[in-house]
Amino acid sequence: MIRLEARPVPSLAMSVLSPVIALAVTVGVGFALFLALGKDPGRVLQVFLLEPFHGVRALTELGLKSTPLVLCALGLALCFRSNVWNIGAEGQFLMGGIAGGGVALWITQEGLGVSRWAFLPVLVLAGALGGGAWAAVVAWLKDRFNANEILVSLMLVYVANLFLSWLVFGPWKDPQGFNFPQTMSFAAATEVPRVVRGMRLHWGFAFALGAAVVMWVYMFRTYHGLQLQVGGPSPAAARYAGFSSRAAVWTTLLVSGALAGVAGAFEVAGPMGQLTPHVSSGYGFTAIIVAFVGRLHPLGCILGSLLLSVFLIGGELAQSRVGLPSALTGVFQGVLLLSLLACDTLVHNRLRVGRLR
Amino acid sequence: MIPPRLELRAITKRFAQVVANDDVSLVVNPGEIHAVLGENGAGKSTLMKVIYGAVQADAGEILWDGRPVSVRSPHDARALGIAMVFQHFSLFDTLTVAENVWLGLPPSVKLQEVSDGIRRKAAEYGLDLHPEKPVHVLSVGERQRVEIVRALLAEPRLLILDEPTSVLTPQAVEKLFETLRKLAATGCAILYISHKLDEIRALCHRCTVLRAGKVTGTADPSQETTATLSRLMIGAEPPRLERRAAKVGGLALRVDGLTLPRIDKFGVALEAVGLDVHEGEIVGIAGVSGNGQQELLAALSGEDPRADAGAVQLFGRGIGRAGARQRRKLGLHFVPEERLGRGAVPTLSLASNLLLTRNEALRWLGFIDRRALRDQTSGIMRRYWVKASGPQAVARSLSGGNLQKYIVGRELDAVPKMLVVAQPTWGVDVGAAAQIRAELVALRDAGCAVLVVSEELEELFAITDRLHVIAKGRLSPSIPTADATVERIGEWMSGLWPGGPSMPTGPDARARAGEVAPPASGSAP
Amino acid sequence: MNGLELLVAAMLSAGTPLAIAGLGLLVNERAGVLNLGAEGTMLVAAVTGFATAYHTGSVSLALAAGAAAGALLGLVLGWLVIWLNTNQYATGLAVSLFGSGFSAFVGLGYVGKQLVETPAPVVPFLSDIPVVGRALFQQHPVVYLAIAVAGGMTWFFYRTRAGLVLRSVGESPVSAHALGYPVRRIRLAAVVAGAALCGLSGAYLSVVYTPLWVEGMAGGRGWIALALTVFATWRPLRILAGAYLFGGVTMLQLHLQAQGVQIPAQFMSMLPYVSTVVVLVLISRNPLWIRLNMPASLGKAFYPGA
Repeated sequence: MIRLEARPVPSLAMSVLSPVIALAVTVGVGFALFLALGKDPGRVLQVFLLEPFHGVRALTELGLKSTPLVLCALGLALCFRSNVWNIGAEGQFLMGGIAGGGVALWITQEGLGVSRWAFLPVLVLAGALGGGAWAAVVAWLKDRFNANEILVSLMLVYVANLFLSWLVFGPWKDPQGFNFPQTMSFAAATEVPRVVRGMRLHWGFAFALGAAVVMWVYMFRTYHGLQLQVGGPSPAAARYAGFSSRAAVWTTLLVSGALAGVAGAFEVAGPMGQLTPHVSSGYGFTAIIVAFVGRLHPLGCILGSLLLSVFLIGGELAQSRVGLPSALTGVFQGVLLLSLLACDTLVHNRLRVGRLR
Repeated sequence: MIPPRLELRAITKRFAQVVANDDVSLVVNPGEIHAVLGENGAGKSTLMKVIYGAVQADAGEILWDGRPVSVRSPHDARALGIAMVFQHFSLFDTLTVAENVWLGLPPSVKLQEVSDGIRRKAAEYGLDLHPEKPVHVLSVGERQRVEIVRALLAEPRLLILDEPTSVLTPQAVEKLFETLRKLAATGCAILYISHKLDEIRALCHRCTVLRAGKVTGTADPSQETTATLSRLMIGAEPPRLERRAAKVGGLALRVDGLTLPRIDKFGVALEAVGLDVHEGEIVGIAGVSGNGQQELLAALSGEDPRADAGAVQLFGRGIGRAGARQRRKLGLHFVPEERLGRGAVPTLSLASNLLLTRNEALRWLGFIDRRALRDQTSGIMRRYWVKASGPQAVARSLSGGNLQKYIVGRELDAVPKMLVVAQPTWGVDVGAAAQIRAELVALRDAGCAVLVVSEELEELFAITDRLHVIAKGRLSPSIPTADATVERIGEWMSGLWPGGPSMPTGPDARARAGEVAPPASGSAP
Repeated sequence: MNGLELLVAAMLSAGTPLAIAGLGLLVNERAGVLNLGAEGTMLVAAVTGFATAYHTGSVSLALAAGAAAGALLGLVLGWLVIWLNTNQYATGLAVSLFGSGFSAFVGLGYVGKQLVETPAPVVPFLSDIPVVGRALFQQHPVVYLAIAVAGGMTWFFYRTRAGLVLRSVGESPVSAHALGYPVRRIRLAAVVAGAALCGLSGAYLSVVYTPLWVEGMAGGRGWIALALTVFATWRPLRILAGAYLFGGVTMLQLHLQAQGVQIPAQFMSMLPYVSTVVVLVLISRNPLWIRLNMPASLGKAFYPGA
């Protein structure tokens, strides 16, 4: 009989190995699934996992897709470490996108001439305010009324989605858009500057990497960051030390809301160039997986984002090249997280084969 | 020749690296009250779990009434007739007494029978218990009675009690002993786990002494002295504490008219609590758990800042509303009762845990100077003999004694002007306990004011200069420890000091005087 | 049917999926396990039920298939959370994410397909009662099943020993374990049973309530059902009440639209979600009250060897 026995100290080796094993399990599941669907598993896996790295353009696409993931995941990592379960990053992403898009739209409509680099901080600020304000609702309701942040933030995702829908079907609809639910395309002046001409990768990617560095310093090298992380696992210790758990709720939610909002703003003013009902392909939820795969660590968030971007792009490629539905990506994401959670038990426990007594 | 009720032969149990029970043998006869004596970590709890079926031994056999048996689960144990009263009660707060007892009995019994049975047993043994009351309104002593009645209703042939008196006043302890003697007289065998030598001598016929997993001897406790039993238990005589008379200085802490409503239904309200602590003295607060200690400590440490500013004064300054960090800045440090989860974060390193109450290693903008922090931690570990793999050791990897030494050391190292300590040596091995007590006395000699809240009377008698008692949220006046006796303190623990919470009246007074129960508003049992 | 009849009928009909899911979650939570995978479970069950109904034409079989799918997901969640002691929040979320992706994938082949119409069974005599007769007694059997389950659960929890044992496991698994009860097995049974109910609810959505399959058609009901358990202070009959109230709110938006109220459709659609937040705020305000009613071990891991 196989039993689990607690380890005295968590295993560092397993901490790093666990995501690798989980990935292997996911690939295994994929293999079986492709076989069942009558496709050549080897070919599909190659398209899914290797094609996304093929060539400079492909690599820039990876960077492009990981930008919103990194930004959202950083904020979520901070939240989860503090035991604040912000599941509504998707909603904060949308609100940031709406805010940033709104400013871009206004500039476009007014025909203002601004330089891209001058607009960039305005965009970032708008996104941060939009996402931060949406997260502030969650923080306020938790702080003041003790309302569970999981359910509130989730409900707000649905509300944000509907709000966006109303905007693009209604007041913000492009009058010259043949009645499609979308705003007019934003002026070139509002576009986030690209890193390389001809590629879609923009400087938001650098911003995301910079944010990861700042988050790392904040989490592990500052007193304030430590305070946040005490309250999560040990609220009594936080009270004893005199750390404010209220401050933890507000700080983590505002930071993650702002980061998600900036991600949304970058997405809207970057590759999309307009607002449509499909601003996000579930980045806010994928980021939850990224945060866990990344062990709630900023460096891990970067690596995790790259991995999940591979999944996302691989899924799109698989659809166009091999005829597999891109909905598969969602399945793999789920399997990855489930396997990761299962493997993570091995970080704190050892497998023991024992005799049945 | 009647075979022994229970015989253990060469029981051995290993957990990972630790051998909890090493070749342990034990014999208990019907009608015998048998003590299992040993300090924390000696293996008593594990042995009981083996007997009760919660844990399986790696080697050895168990004989019941002379026949070998295998006890694979608590179910098997109950089927044999073994009942256990746990140290940490296995009760369900939101359920009634009857429901709680029912869950401990076989499913074939009906709930109404259980209620009747409770009333019968309670009357038979003179225990005060109402089957319909929900458990969460009961006091600690009453909860233990629920556990005992649950065990009695199973008509046990062997009753195991694990440290039952840690939550009782001395008078209630007497009452418990009467119950146990009555039970033993019916032929039931009793296993009594404890580390309290006086109680074992008063109650038990024989005792088996465990040290580090092995049996170091068996004896008739009434024939032994504290010294001889102690030698069996820890290998040496109890360390003697060097004490000089207190050199009392100025007033450090004054609590005056501290009244706090309780935070939730499970708490205790504080009423007009007042005490003084001067520099250079150790003041103790005795009391059975659940009488307001937690609430008073939270009000002193700053975890509960609801008090009036003037109700708590530190060197003349009203700090009733101040937070924990502010109080530390003013020189008041606190060692809480819970180590893991409150005094230290289990998953963080010792170095990171230092930052909970100390900020010397912090620089501009809150940046942490990691080298300074590491050095500071190592210094504390060295000075207070904390055994761990280094400043990066995770808090939960330390033994209870070592972690307690670290936490106490962390606060002492801050050179506090006022130190409040709760349960300083709970769950700590004798060596570390002696060291901690010596540190507290040394701190006092250096001119610090110290307040110790503890449930261990002998600890308070050993180190304090003056003693208060807390009962039902009220604090007694203090008496010099030299003038205090166990009986008097025991009475005070029931609220029976002059001017204390009203004495219970009525036919039941003597029975209820043995324990702090909420007044039953006129209803007789 | 006139306006009132329509409203009552709609409330019962719309509230039923919430009620069943809520009752399922209640069983989980009473044992101390929080199942954040409810939404994903409902989606997987919905697509399973629809596919079964499409291929076999049998509604009962479809509902059973949905329940089975739910139970299977419950088994996965239960094994992870109870035996491997993974974080209950993260695991539940993972199940929801998986469920939403999996159902979207499997459901691709069923988008736009239609099911064979089956007439709603009618209760004789009772449905001829004026005013409420047709509203109350012309419902699909699942509606009555929900009420029966709620009643059955009340009896189970408060009048049987097994129900008491379950409650005690949720209250203090450590104490229950010390008394010799197989805590982990009891919790797993509760999780599987609860997830089966969630599955039934999901299948009801796609097979009876709106007989079609659309990606994400649970529309957040799994999450709302979670809020419902708190709102109902973990009592089965109150879950019914809350579910029907929510059903009423959903109907309100259609009613207002039908009346020609000039509010954009999207804002009307926000009603259920906003009401959930409002309800959460109202009931969470008093932490003491929650503490007295909530199963004390909810969300916490249990380590038998400790």
